[in-house]
Amino acid sequence: MTTSSPMDSGAAGAQPYIPNSVPAVKAEMLRVIGARSIDELYADIPPELRLSRPLDLPAPCRSEHQLKRHVESLLARNVPAGEALSFLGGGCYQHHVPAVCDEINGRSEFLTAYAGEPYDDAGRFQALFEYASMMGELLEMDVVSVPTFDGCQAAATAVRMAARHTRRNVVLVAGNVGRDKATVMANYGRADLEFREVRFDPATGLVDVGHLGRMLDHEVAGFYFDNPSYFGTLQSGLDIAAAVHAAGALLVVGVDPGSLGVIAPPGSYGADIVCGDLQALGMHMNYGGGQAGFIATQDDEALVMQYPSRLFGIAPTRVPGEYGFGDVAYSRTSFDKRENGNEYVGTAAALWGITAGVYLALMGPTGMREIGAGIMQRNAYAQKRLASIPGVTLPHAGQAHFKEFVVNFDRSGRTVGEINRGLRERGIFGGHDLSAAFPTLGQSALYSFTEVHTQSDIERLVEALTGEVAR
Amino acid sequence: MSAGMQDISGFRFTDGRPNLRRYHQARWDEPVIFELSCPGERGVLVPEVEDQVAAAAGDPLAALPPDLRRAEPPRLPELSQNRVLRHYLRLSQQNLGADLNVDIGQGTCTMKYNPKINEQLARSPRMTELHPLQDADTVQGILDVIHRMEAVVREVSGMDAVSLQPRSGSHAIYANFAILRAHQEAAGTAGERDEVITTIFSHPSDAACAKLLGYRVITLYPDAAGYPDVEALRAALSPRTAALIITNPEDTGIFNSRIREFTDLVHAAGGLCIYDQANANGLLGITRAREAGFDMCHFNLHKTFGTPHACGGPAVGAIAVTGELARHLPGPRVVADGGRFRLEAAGAESIGKVAAFMGTASIVLRAYAWVMSLGAEGLREVAEVAVLNNNYMMTELVKIRGMSLPYAQGRRRIEQARYSWKQLADETGIHSDQIGIRAADFGVHYWTSHHPFVVPEPATVEPTESYSKADLDEFVDVMRQVAKEAYENPEHVRSAPHNCPVHAIDGSYFDDPDRWAITWRAYRRKLRAHRAGEAGTK
Repeated sequence: MTTSSPMDSGAAGAQPYIPNSVPAVKAEMLRVIGARSIDELYADIPPELRLSRPLDLPAPCRSEHQLKRHVESLLARNVPAGEALSFLGGGCYQHHVPAVCDEINGRSEFLTAYAGEPYDDAGRFQALFEYASMMGELLEMDVVSVPTFDGCQAAATAVRMAARHTRRNVVLVAGNVGRDKATVMANYGRADLEFREVRFDPATGLVDVGHLGRMLDHEVAGFYFDNPSYFGTLQSGLDIAAAVHAAGALLVVGVDPGSLGVIAPPGSYGADIVCGDLQALGMHMNYGGGQAGFIATQDDEALVMQYPSRLFGIAPTRVPGEYGFGDVAYSRTSFDKRENGNEYVGTAAALWGITAGVYLALMGPTGMREIGAGIMQRNAYAQKRLASIPGVTLPHAGQAHFKEFVVNFDRSGRTVGEINRGLRERGIFGGHDLSAAFPTLGQSALYSFTEVHTQSDIERLVEALTGEVAR
Repeated sequence: MSAGMQDISGFRFTDGRPNLRRYHQARWDEPVIFELSCPGERGVLVPEVEDQVAAAAGDPLAALPPDLRRAEPPRLPELSQNRVLRHYLRLSQQNLGADLNVDIGQGTCTMKYNPKINEQLARSPRMTELHPLQDADTVQGILDVIHRMEAVVREVSGMDAVSLQPRSGSHAIYANFAILRAHQEAAGTAGERDEVITTIFSHPSDAACAKLLGYRVITLYPDAAGYPDVEALRAALSPRTAALIITNPEDTGIFNSRIREFTDLVHAAGGLCIYDQANANGLLGITRAREAGFDMCHFNLHKTFGTPHACGGPAVGAIAVTGELARHLPGPRVVADGGRFRLEAAGAESIGKVAAFMGTASIVLRAYAWVMSLGAEGLREVAEVAVLNNNYMMTELVKIRGMSLPYAQGRRRIEQARYSWKQLADETGIHSDQIGIRAADFGVHYWTSHHPFVVPEPATVEPTESYSKADLDEFVDVMRQVAKEAYENPEHVRSAPHNCPVHAIDGSYFDDPDRWAITWRAYRRKLRAHRAGEAGTK
């Protein structure tokens, strides 16, 4: 118990996040340690390695209030999607985030936990097991990993799993995969995988199945494509799966989990490994900070042993009727085997996995069907309305789409950049400019429509685009 | 006569010190969520499609290729909203976070305080509702934050260029190895120099990521005093050496004062030096990667820079490199043009991307706020108090019967220490992991160490700057109590946990492909198969 008064306790110099910054406490601890000064504790750091000056950092905010003012003044220069009317997609989407999702992921017990044991962190293990279980129902797969960093990393790991499983090192990747994902995958395999691109047909946005057939040979570990593609197009998977399997390779499919209330999960048409990004399932966009990846397979031991990440399983305890959880096949991991484990494992995006579980529990089968169908209806409506604008064409109009589609402006004589600048002045974030990443599509942009977009939002876009195209 | 008045507080202390907490974690005996399902219940309503939209759209499902129409709805549970909330709140109560416990038994992980104001700021719509492909003009605030945080990391490390794109510490290690490889490819040494040297007390991902990028891994063991062995390093160096990746201090908390000699030796042999600074909590403003001769380093923002661990992410691993390597950093880069910020695409020599978009910008914001609440003086105070706390713990913990602190006798240590219960295990048959499980009965996390256990019966304690002397004393008291029980009533330790949500778990399921179940559907399927098998044999 402290007996000194606030006047002489040194409280004025104490830092609120550092309890033992109180000088009297420091002195007492040094006495126990038997050191004269804190500097003495650093005796093993040679003088030539010691920084002889204070770090050159900006002056700190001297109160919580001042910090709030400072950070808010920086954030004031952001225009959130909610204040504009945004049609951006391309891997990150504006969806409604149910309030309960934020309530749960804001809980101290989850937010500030880390790597506790299945006893003192039983809730984390169960929540992540339930996440995997609900994803398993959505995907009709028996094995789902704890989240990895994002959908790009999930794809990069999924094809490495295919390579280990088949002991082959060529990976075929569809040309209609987003460029971020393609470069993350290539980077991740740069030491020992060879990536070959399978063409897509610019007229349909779909994988050129004939070209795929010609690319498949006995060196190919797997073929990766996204369904829906980066352009939002949906493609039959049966012929692709048959061709891939005939070559002894694995089919790896990236999927938008938000589509699976109405769209068949890739396993049903033959995918061996399914992956994707969880952001649409209850995560705010967070300027890309809401991404999280998932990987799923059937419960084939040989394939399970290829996962690098942790897998949580269910088991009995010594009390009948009690659920316990723990690490399945831990010996796969680098935590157990260092460089002899699969890839590496560590912190990734577990809180977003828990949140995705909350989201799926809230939505249920009915919610997932309604959101999936509603997104497809809004996209179909938006396609009709945008196609009616002179100078605007929809190159893949004949295909089924989910959540986004390509809009081309070649006939308007204006660039996407020019049009988007005009839209911004009208408070609208136009579709993502594809002209640099996909030159075969000309002056095209990717427009995304989700459940947050109303008919009047779409009509406002049509009116604004009509004006911009005619400028 | 008035009734007596009890000195309640008096019962809570013995000899002026607080008694051990009579702790019991919440035990809700909560079902798996599928068991809570009631057909027809709903947790949230979805925005309806307007009639005109529906009419004009027709039936988009009819346009699907037949194999893409979902045959039956996903068998998700059906629960009303408050039942979902209650279920997850109960699970949350069966979890300990750093906000709740004296979370210093999870050494190497730097379980420090994550200020609530930073969380509140990062949950502002001006952060959460930003799409990563918005035009730079509409995200000047977050670009400014990223730019400022890069400058902080440059100054803290002494390096020349920084990327905040990697989404965790291990991801940062991976990115640094990708940069190493890109550097070698540019220099034409990729085939020749194919060995990476690390130490057994460096993180498993240091070895694993080297292997992932195609390197053969050479692992050095400590010398008798626990220091990385400079003679072993000399012996390992050759014209095949690509790099050294090392932590300093290592998990033992022992600072390798000859680190400059290490980096000089590696450079003389033609290799590069990578500093794993995932946890630099004891060194902020004290010593830097640059002065120790490193070419690359990384920091976990969820360790050193005060962002939440979030059950294991989302996170950021900041990487920092020398000017020579800057051209290989992932892109795009945030560039300041006067008062305006723009994104510059990755150049031809960049490794490209390691993550979607710009990584986890919302975590960068929290870290920036943390730095701005402390400043240079505050960061140094963080380091100094983390080291003070650790040396205090060392003094107190080694007084416990059966516990020791191997290596570097008589030396101070930096921010953490790896203890050994070998004597206790020899004398009682109780192992370190069992001590951890029993410690959970008192409301504290406890961790042994990474594998392999070089220190026998290890325990790794890292008190950080965030806990008071009384908190530290409480942790010591828990350890003392468990050790006492191990000597006096080992069965009570062996049968732990007693006060946790669940009891001893049958771990045999987790390595048995017939019984492991990673999802509820797999569990139900295997259970049916086992029942059918049992019926068949009857």
